[in-house]
Amino acid sequence: MNNGTGQGFTQGLWHANPALVQLLGLCPLLAVTTSLINGIGLGLATLFVLCATNVLVSASRAWIHRDLRLPAYVLIIAAFVTTVDLAFRAWLFDLHESLGLFIPLIVTNCIILGRAEAFASRQPVWPSLLDGVAQGLGFAAVLISLGAIRELLGRGSLFSGADMLFGPAAASLQITLLPDQQGLLLAILPPGAFIGLAVLIALRNRYLQRTGAKEKTRQLT
Amino acid sequence: MSRGRALLALVAIAAIAAALLAGMDQLTRARIAENEARKLLATLATVLPPTSYDNKPHLDQAWVPDPSALGGSDALPVYRARLDGKPAVLVLSVVSPDGYVDQIRLLIGVDTEGRISGVRVVSHAETPGLGDGIQTDVSDWILGFDGRTLNDPADSWVLRRDGGEFDQLTGATITSRAVVNAVRAALVYAQANSSTLFALAPVTEATE
Repeated sequence: MNNGTGQGFTQGLWHANPALVQLLGLCPLLAVTTSLINGIGLGLATLFVLCATNVLVSASRAWIHRDLRLPAYVLIIAAFVTTVDLAFRAWLFDLHESLGLFIPLIVTNCIILGRAEAFASRQPVWPSLLDGVAQGLGFAAVLISLGAIRELLGRGSLFSGADMLFGPAAASLQITLLPDQQGLLLAILPPGAFIGLAVLIALRNRYLQRTGAKEKTRQLT
Repeated sequence: MSRGRALLALVAIAAIAAALLAGMDQLTRARIAENEARKLLATLATVLPPTSYDNKPHLDQAWVPDPSALGGSDALPVYRARLDGKPAVLVLSVVSPDGYVDQIRLLIGVDTEGRISGVRVVSHAETPGLGDGIQTDVSDWILGFDGRTLNDPADSWVLRRDGGEFDQLTGATITSRAVVNAVRAALVYAQANSSTLFALAPVTEATE
């Protein structure tokens, strides 16, 4: 229960990282991380939905009857996801084309319902917002790392398609680190996603073993 | 907590959600329609030489009367590019059911003389690294159709491997064959039905 601000962040980013430790939301994580920009895009969208949902669930927790909480949460989550979907289609159209179905599918991301149920429904608004930010950043960090690794190995570039997110001026952001290389095709294909995620988890475990740190995963509530 | 109050809270949340979405829809509707029109026009422009038309082909759309001739199981759109009000280029949407993994959707421009002004892949599920060479950002293969007619090559509108004129993509013979056949089918159809297709009444869309 005892979740200070700092602790909330280390929980979200490290000890109870939604993707690396809780292994939640893997479907979009594995599917869209074929490039760094895709990772950033879905990371931001998920972060927003997570924060907005946590705030609204927390603010209305006194009025929502226990038996009716799931329909209420689903309604709130669906409304925010649709909002994000419309916003992407209006202002980040190309990125929306690239992420495709995975923006609407945020609605099925278990992290969001999980945090609403486990945290926001029992905590005041401010800690709930912070929890949303922490968990969202933790998820986005993994999306971004995996996107970067796969794009680098698979295509030898980074930030390809940056103009989809930051406007036409950002097209020059693209870095081709390994020019003329065909790329390790496997990294872009679905197995590359599983292998990449496994490597990230293994590296994390290795680090914990090395430093002798105890797994400090708390009860998440 | 009474049952009535609990239900009221749910209704209130539904109302908030509805208000949020209605507001968001108002805010984004025009921009989304504009984005989609721009995307369609940009896609059509890839198979249309810039000087060949002066109308708005993305708004001059009709439905192909017999989509099965172009491999479609559902309705397929045709876009008409005109110059000075006269027919110039037909842009046909074509489906090849014979892709290696899934169907391949193509956009093919055919001018009134039966010459191909361009072919582009709209969607496919071919193997990355092999069959995805049909995309222009991967290889130039599909540009090889530009300027071709049914008489060029006359008797060999098939892959080199099948005794024809067209090179196959390395390691992706099935994909290449599917595309060549679909393009040929579109050419045959466009030539036989050109005047009918240009004469169809345009579908009026709600958005400009």
